[in-house]
Amino acid sequence: MMLTGLTLTEARAGLAARKFSARELAQAHLDAIGRLNTQLNAYITVLPEQDVLAAADAADARYAKGEAGLMDGLPVGVKDLFCTKGVKTTAASKILANFVPPYESSVTARLLDAGAVFLGKTNLDEFAMGSANITSAFGSVLNPWKRKGDDAALVPGGSSGGSAAAVAAGLALAATGTDTGGSIRQPAAFCGIVGLKPTYGRCSRWGTIAFASSLDQAGPMTRSVADAGLMLEAMAGFDEKDSTSSNRPVPEFSKAVGKSVKGLRVGIPAEYRAPGMPEEIARLWEQGIAWLREAGCEVVDVSLPHTKYGLATYYIIAPAECSSNLARYDGIRFGERQDAPTLDGIYERTRAEGFGQEVRNRILMGTYVLSAGYYDAYYLKAQKVRTLIKRDFVQAFEQVDVLLTPTAPSAAFAQGENMDDPVQMYLNDIFTVPASMAGVPALSVPVGLDSRGLPLGLQIIGRHFDEETVLSVGGALEAAAGFAHKPTLHAEAGV
Amino acid sequence: MSYVIEGKTGSWEIVVGLEVHAQIVSNSKLFSGASTTFGAEPNSQVSLVDAAFPGMLPVINKECVAQAVRTGLGLNARINLESRFDRKNYFYADLPQGYQISQFAHPIVGEGTIEIELSSGEIRKIGITRLHMEQDAGKLIHDQDPTKSMVDLNRAGVALMEIVSEPDIREPEEAGAYLRKLRQILRYLGTCDGNMEEGSMRADVNVSVRKAGEPFRTRCEIKNVNSIRFVMQAIEAEAARQVEIWESGGEVDQETRLFDAARGETRTMRSKEDAHDYRYFPDPDLLPLVIEQEWVDALKAALPELPDAKRARFQSDYGIPFYDAGVLVAEQAVADFYETVAKGRDGKLAVSWVTGDLFAALNRTSKTIETSPVSAEALGKMLDLIADGTINGKIAKEVFEDMVETGEGPDAIVEKKGLRQVTDTGVIDAAIESVMASNADKVAEYRSGKDKLFGFFVGLVMKETKGKANPALVNEALKSKLDA
Repeated sequence: MMLTGLTLTEARAGLAARKFSARELAQAHLDAIGRLNTQLNAYITVLPEQDVLAAADAADARYAKGEAGLMDGLPVGVKDLFCTKGVKTTAASKILANFVPPYESSVTARLLDAGAVFLGKTNLDEFAMGSANITSAFGSVLNPWKRKGDDAALVPGGSSGGSAAAVAAGLALAATGTDTGGSIRQPAAFCGIVGLKPTYGRCSRWGTIAFASSLDQAGPMTRSVADAGLMLEAMAGFDEKDSTSSNRPVPEFSKAVGKSVKGLRVGIPAEYRAPGMPEEIARLWEQGIAWLREAGCEVVDVSLPHTKYGLATYYIIAPAECSSNLARYDGIRFGERQDAPTLDGIYERTRAEGFGQEVRNRILMGTYVLSAGYYDAYYLKAQKVRTLIKRDFVQAFEQVDVLLTPTAPSAAFAQGENMDDPVQMYLNDIFTVPASMAGVPALSVPVGLDSRGLPLGLQIIGRHFDEETVLSVGGALEAAAGFAHKPTLHAEAGV
Repeated sequence: MSYVIEGKTGSWEIVVGLEVHAQIVSNSKLFSGASTTFGAEPNSQVSLVDAAFPGMLPVINKECVAQAVRTGLGLNARINLESRFDRKNYFYADLPQGYQISQFAHPIVGEGTIEIELSSGEIRKIGITRLHMEQDAGKLIHDQDPTKSMVDLNRAGVALMEIVSEPDIREPEEAGAYLRKLRQILRYLGTCDGNMEEGSMRADVNVSVRKAGEPFRTRCEIKNVNSIRFVMQAIEAEAARQVEIWESGGEVDQETRLFDAARGETRTMRSKEDAHDYRYFPDPDLLPLVIEQEWVDALKAALPELPDAKRARFQSDYGIPFYDAGVLVAEQAVADFYETVAKGRDGKLAVSWVTGDLFAALNRTSKTIETSPVSAEALGKMLDLIADGTINGKIAKEVFEDMVETGEGPDAIVEKKGLRQVTDTGVIDAAIESVMASNADKVAEYRSGKDKLFGFFVGLVMKETKGKANPALVNEALKSKLDA
């Protein structure tokens, strides 16, 4: 087994047993990045080698003293939406192309405290707005998977596409993502890895560049469900600097995987049987249901009647919040400024040239739905529907412990596909958005390949703050599926 | 209604409502830990939150909430145990976030009332609609560079209370009285220093005019007026302008105006068409603000005595007139000074010394009650010397002037100058005899019925004793000797 192919759990065991050093582990990843990042474009910024190795050496010293933290010596990628002290943080936008924060986000600070070794900042859709990682000002990310007999460049999903591609291709053992409407789960499914969106409030949002504040949530992107638990344990926790962060204690998530799921009730929401769902996805979903039944779960049909309004509601609330959150990018105090003779001129030029098309679309949509005369019809109504969607979940969880659904309505598509019509692109989030709207935790687990050899994922959705049950069920699904496929482009391949 | 504008078509009354922005007294800003001290170097009191750096989040400052609640209680207003913060979105260089965090739909304080007193002595009630918390903006500086404007964010994020009155005000004088009373209450509470020159209190003035009995007509808002006098002038000027428009067959446009104090007129700042669409929506970075009734009760129990209550108590405790009590409570420091002087002494005598001789001395020496050369304790001590007969009222004036000049205590001055009152009847009798001897003619006139000369003799005897004789003893002895 090569060092770049390990899970976090395996690597941690290897480091603890001194089978290899954190320096060797870090070096192997830097080498892999050196070989593959030009093609994949998974990282916007790779940290200087000496800094990475110095961090690894410090981890080795802690292992030697027996003081290793939860993530000690584990090389990870950081989505370039988390502010990292002294390290350029761009949100994949031209407007922040040279922004170097003088502060460390709470989530990355916790990971550093746990001993993680940062490799670099991973690519994403600009300001996390997109489902294909094609809106980055620093170029699209390539999915390391290829269709059988077809060399078409596939998208990795989005917005955490760089993180997903890096983890899938062996350019990081794991990576942080953020999920607003599916930005962890959908790229995880497209790249054949595990992605967990925790309960809203589980991870602090402080220092993470905001897209839609009431939805944004950081989470882990990993190679196993156990890794997702381990990494979430390191990322999560109350933060007095984020008024919406939860002060509930952080359980030992890493221990949730492997627990028996016997007797758990798994709900199958009727509304997710979307018309036009590819046959292969429907079949895999049935397979997932069968696996969980075999593992001792009771399968129950449930209804989430407001699901059909999820996407429309999301595309009102998220743009509304983004139109306000992104107002601060005016070129006055930080970021790129385009000069003009008047203040309005500075705003217009700075923002027209600094933001890409998709970001501008969403700012316009958000501004519209909040405008006088439209607020009640759009924003206010969307908030009411959101309450109903949340209630759907709360009521469903009175009957069942988790829900099982597909993660995305398709496998990874090719760059250039789905691009003429933004709404077609937005449909990618149809299965992931409702859990975001409700704030409940949701996990994507890779469970199989489609007929063209591309990975597909299933999604497990749980109760508020019950990531443990989600992880337990995810672990059972993972064990049953035994997904061990590797993408075409991989650090281990062709070396 | 005493204030009317006589137009060509008849009498018009004015309708005024005030929105006062009062800076909350707190060590740090509404949503960040940055300091709020006035007059610091530009941009020296700015946190990453205030400058709206990416990923920064607001966290409510509990002391600011307490101050808003105290103010609400002081305005006899309803305290809302659940309130919310909204974002008011607009672009300006002094507004780093691109939105102001404010309370639009659910303010922390609801309806209340303020009692104001007019110069006629009439007491009127002005309704308070609401009080909410919001962030202040920064400041643009235009005179540092020929082509550039500079931004100072020290004030950005400082906590403000916006206190909105009902349109109950019908006279410019009432607006002035309202603002003075509001400022007085805020200062008593310690929730705003009320300093209009430093901008810690400013008013937006809503003005309309109407004929008696009509519903409200269109109003105009005059923004950011920064003195009480200007508020009264702006109302007069704006009301006159509106009357003229209506009477010439025109239509008053709802718009935002500015008051030009130099010209004494208001002018358009932005018209209704240019009005911002602020796109208010609940701030998703902040949870609803929920406070406990017990906490509100505790704040209420710890409130200082407010001016109206103090005024009533001064009247009853010290037996002084309503008017005098009003003068004393106008400023808390004066009220405290008075109370120190009056406690356990003659309250009426105390008020005449404080509002008479002391105020005159402060005026003359350009001092304030806080920097008074005569402490309340020293003045009290002097009243004790009058009460126990050590000095008489006339000598007290001399002692007081010396206290103002030297800052010494009354005892020391009396001793130093030998001003102790003469109560030795032997000395007084001798002085009377000497006066009678050298004014035999006047004594004869008096005895032949010219009673009025009694005062003349008193004066001479006091002069003879250098003013130190006890006046009562002098009167008594003089009377018996003259009538003998």
